[in-house]
Amino acid sequence: MSQATAQNIPLSFYEEKSAYPGIFAWIFSTDHKRIGLLYMFTILSFFLFGMSMGFLIRLEKMFPGGQFFQPATYNALFTIHGVVMIFLFVIPGIPAVFGNFILPIQLGAEDVAFPRLNLLSWWLLVIGALVIFLSLFTGSKLPDTGWTFYAPYNTITTANIPMAVFGAFLVGFSSILTGLNFITTVHRLRAKGMTFFRMPLFAWSIYATAWIQILATPVVGITLLLVIAERFLGVGVFNPSKSGDPLMYQHLFWIYSHPAVYIMVLPAMGIVSDIIPTFCKKPIFGYKAIAFSSMSIAFIGYLVWGHHMFTSGMADLARVVFSFLTFFVAVPTAIKIFNWTATLYKGSIELRAPMLFALSFIFLFSIGGLTGVMLGTLNLDLHLHDTSFVVAHFHYTIFGGFGFALFGGIHYWFPKMFGKMYNETRAKWAWLLLFIGFNMTYFPLFLAGLEGMPRRYYDYLPKFAPYHFWSTIGSWIMISGILFMFGNLLHGLLRGEKADDNPWGGSTLEWQVPSPPPLVNFTTPPVVNKDPYDFSDILKKRNSSPTPQDQEDKGGQ
Amino acid sequence: MEHHDNQQHLISYGTYITVWLSLLILTGLTVAVAGVHLGKYNVFIALLVAAFKSSLVLLYFMHLRYENRLFHAMFLVVLFTITVIVALTYVDTLAR
Ligand SMILES: [Cu+2]
Repeated sequence: MSQATAQNIPLSFYEEKSAYPGIFAWIFSTDHKRIGLLYMFTILSFFLFGMSMGFLIRLEKMFPGGQFFQPATYNALFTIHGVVMIFLFVIPGIPAVFGNFILPIQLGAEDVAFPRLNLLSWWLLVIGALVIFLSLFTGSKLPDTGWTFYAPYNTITTANIPMAVFGAFLVGFSSILTGLNFITTVHRLRAKGMTFFRMPLFAWSIYATAWIQILATPVVGITLLLVIAERFLGVGVFNPSKSGDPLMYQHLFWIYSHPAVYIMVLPAMGIVSDIIPTFCKKPIFGYKAIAFSSMSIAFIGYLVWGHHMFTSGMADLARVVFSFLTFFVAVPTAIKIFNWTATLYKGSIELRAPMLFALSFIFLFSIGGLTGVMLGTLNLDLHLHDTSFVVAHFHYTIFGGFGFALFGGIHYWFPKMFGKMYNETRAKWAWLLLFIGFNMTYFPLFLAGLEGMPRRYYDYLPKFAPYHFWSTIGSWIMISGILFMFGNLLHGLLRGEKADDNPWGGSTLEWQVPSPPPLVNFTTPPVVNKDPYDFSDILKKRNSSPTPQDQEDKGGQ
Repeated sequence: MEHHDNQQHLISYGTYITVWLSLLILTGLTVAVAGVHLGKYNVFIALLVAAFKSSLVLLYFMHLRYENRLFHAMFLVVLFTITVIVALTYVDTLAR
């Protein structure tokens, strides 16, 4: 299977000498692979922090009435959980990790277009995160606005909102620079023969995402600066007592934050579009349809933000228009889901660990997406708005979508990134725990929400007690799954067996370089002369040199 | 992809000064119109003038006019997206 027999194996990027000693070789490195790994460890740490907040929220709500915290502490808990998870984990998310590590290799490039800018993006994220954490302890109380920082409360609460908001602004800047880098990389650094329609679908999704990062993020950046201006300069922008318009805050916030959902989910769809053909050994069904649906999701995503404001007092005309437009987002997403399913049809499916994550992505994201259509329906939303139905919906899209794809991507590219393999049986058990725990945690919240359980409430009526009880039990199962998964990956990283260059039989370019890749990725510049999901060479090689598994099968016949 | 040359375009001082003067005049126009009560049209005029001014800056001061077609297309995509966003916002604020 491995082809590097006689030829010289080049040094991997880990072994390459750096100008800086120790940790500085990482935090001052402009190599896209090192920056990708930096991002990975950074955002996964934030994830574990945000997860502990989520654990405490669920613990508090296990039984009706106050359990462990004061109501004010509870408000701070869900605010910090939301801010950390959204701004520090999910927004940088897949582009920062795999856009950095994998995208240039998939395109046949040596690095991203602007390596120094790339390093600056990571630093901006870290500094922004420090500012956000500092804001927690520098106000007269903990932030309690929820992750949306709604006006006019954001200008009158005594929590240190200006600082938190400035941290989010810095993180946004990091996102813009990342997007700029990837658009330039895709346009300028593709290898010879790598036309736009020979790019893997993961690259397409990162490209579409980069456009959203560049075009939408400045809107929230300016909005957050206006909040600061309102607080310190007394300008009346959002506060009605200063003749501002609080609805304008919601408009500006969601003009960014709805497209931001696609910053989170498009790259996740990209990962799934790469994993599924690899484990079906079959070209993806409807390549161009998936590529174009990424672009059209990026565009339609700009037209629907008003669906977050149906009960806000917005004009009736706008409510009808936004509800109508929202239904259109479901179309390109459905195109992708049908194409993935069609790819599975008659494929030789291998249920390896990454594939399990990809398949559960389709299942969970379909639930998240369809309940999203329910919420986008104007009359239904009047009942469901601000209930735990919304909480369940976005956890199904963001965690079930983004989260499962990220974990799937980690399991898929782990051998490439580290040159080591994790224990796959344990990975599958971890996935099962995570999958069962996830559904147990969030599905009851749909039911409670339908019956009117408000979101962000500290206490609740006795009739909601069973839902909350089982949801909390589910959160324990889910967290054990996550910890087991990370434990297994860490064990693989430290003690794992050496991984092959192409352990899954993938067809895209990253599987043709050594694991881990050398500093310049390709020792000879690659020339691309086939489609990204053309498995004919890989299947031919497999058939000509049977694996021990195959021989066993033949012996049994 | 076509070959991209790094040759610098020289723009005469005359052009720069003309652009600068038109920017000043347009700023004057914005201020003047703000004093006249035209209802909802005030905002439209302010936005139109602002869009025209930023186009001048991009085209001449930032040399977009002499750049590759691709960058023109990208700029138009941005302009189009912003127009759509502003228009949709006004579906609420004008009908409220
Ligand atoms: Cu939305």
